[in-house]
Amino acid sequence: MSDKPERFIDDEGLRLDGRRVDEIRPMKVEMGVLSRADGSCYLEWGNNKVLAAVYGPRELHPRRMQKPNEVLVRYKYNMASFSVEDRIRPGPSRRSTEISKVSGEAFEPVVMTQYYPGAVIDVFAEVLQADAGTRTAAINAATLALADAGIPMKGLVSACAVGKVDGQLVLDLNKPEDNYGQADLPVAMTQDGEITLLQMDGHLTPEELEEGLEMVKKGCQQILEIQREALVSRYGNEDEEAEEESPEEVPESEEEEEEEERDDSFDNEESEAENADENDVTEEDEGEEDERQ
Amino acid sequence: MKRKIVYPGQMLSENEKQAGTGTYVHEGKVYSLFYGVANDKNRVTVVPFSGKYIPSPRDYVIGYVIEVTSSNWIFDIGSPYDGLLHVSEYPKRVDSSMMRKEIGIGDCAILRIKDVNTSMKVELSMKDRGLRRLDEGRIIDVSTTKVPRIIGHNGSMVSMLKKESNCDIFIGQNGRIWLKGKDEDMNRLTQAIEIIENKSHTSGLTNHISAFLRYEESDEIEEKEKPVPFTSSKKDYTEDACRKVDVLLSDEDEN
Repeated sequence: MSDKPERFIDDEGLRLDGRRVDEIRPMKVEMGVLSRADGSCYLEWGNNKVLAAVYGPRELHPRRMQKPNEVLVRYKYNMASFSVEDRIRPGPSRRSTEISKVSGEAFEPVVMTQYYPGAVIDVFAEVLQADAGTRTAAINAATLALADAGIPMKGLVSACAVGKVDGQLVLDLNKPEDNYGQADLPVAMTQDGEITLLQMDGHLTPEELEEGLEMVKKGCQQILEIQREALVSRYGNEDEEAEEESPEEVPESEEEEEEEERDDSFDNEESEAENADENDVTEEDEGEEDERQ
Repeated sequence: MKRKIVYPGQMLSENEKQAGTGTYVHEGKVYSLFYGVANDKNRVTVVPFSGKYIPSPRDYVIGYVIEVTSSNWIFDIGSPYDGLLHVSEYPKRVDSSMMRKEIGIGDCAILRIKDVNTSMKVELSMKDRGLRRLDEGRIIDVSTTKVPRIIGHNGSMVSMLKKESNCDIFIGQNGRIWLKGKDEDMNRLTQAIEIIENKSHTSGLTNHISAFLRYEESDEIEEKEKPVPFTSSKKDYTEDACRKVDVLLSDEDEN
């Protein structure tokens, strides 16, 4: 652990790691990294390395935790014992329990909970390497893992921190800034700028808080852009994709196709005569499916 | 017809009347709910890339028994909610003590969903034609969102699979597929379905898979002579042909 630096920002306005005050650390995203999870995402943000996994919606046990009308989003933030220089004791701590709670709540406004009543969506955020801002990194990874799992959401959540060092507001604190700075303000927001998580460590004046929120909004927009890019580019170039899609996947005809398939598979076992009324059934069914849509 | 990859919260249309499945309306504009492929014909719909099967009435599913109670079989149907098959929905009268003999724990069956209530209690039925216990063949799992692709346009893909693989196939809406045939045929078909799952967003897949199933067959005979150039040249041919077929298909769609 480095000692407190004399100055956080040099004469040219550059920070210890060479960034400007309103610059975020480079971020690298990889999706679908875990084969057994329903959705997963590995994210590197500066020296932070975070792995997020989503399981579900699945059956919730114990049953008393079930919500009769909506799905429960259970978020678990955990730091690996080797994620920091001095080994931390594995298992839940006061800090990780708190972060799990607030991070889970950060997704409440975006996840369409009414779709899967009584079920649970488990989100696990594992910090493999920590370098300040792990809760925001975990949220950014978890959003992508949720999207990867096919969870219906109103939008993506992006998170970023703002802090104060040498009396100056800086975006996305690094380790020394976090350890010896005057304030740390992690924020998560939706794409509309609706804040879903806000915590503060240290001291900021009301004016600084307001200015900091403006800075963090710009940071979150940059992160949202990275998240978007990760999602859209995952299946190759967007334009090519649009052309190359074959007409076979038209959703409107899905229901018909299924009915066809049923006819086919039953033909093998059933007589021709019965096939006739199977066709009648098919027509009825199609009508009903249309109504449903 | 335009298709593109969209992410949750992406604005799809400014006209709220265009909102289809997989979208939501906020302040008069239509946004995507899923990470998937958007399709705007007259309504904008989004088909997610992945997701769990959510039971809906009249769906055909493949389930396996996880519990037998005094009057119900409880089936795992590959969804967050288990399915209940009441004895009265079994094709013949079964005494409570004989239930385990009819379908025991771990047995598989093709079932139809009779009803799903608001608390997601799923009632199953086995009283329809084609519904039965599965005693032979094998079951493979695919993502439920890929099921329409495996069935294909008007069943084109599945009928081709059946023809080329000499296997019996049943596709459940919950993403479980039952196959029956010779072991080597089933192995090949399993590989073919894996390809469909991974390449579901590419074009000319039906032809590609058809070629895959056929050429592996002929590979066994011609392997010794020229294994590599054989497959590669055929691949070029099919890709070209696929594109032409796709153009024809999309013309038909517009008409």
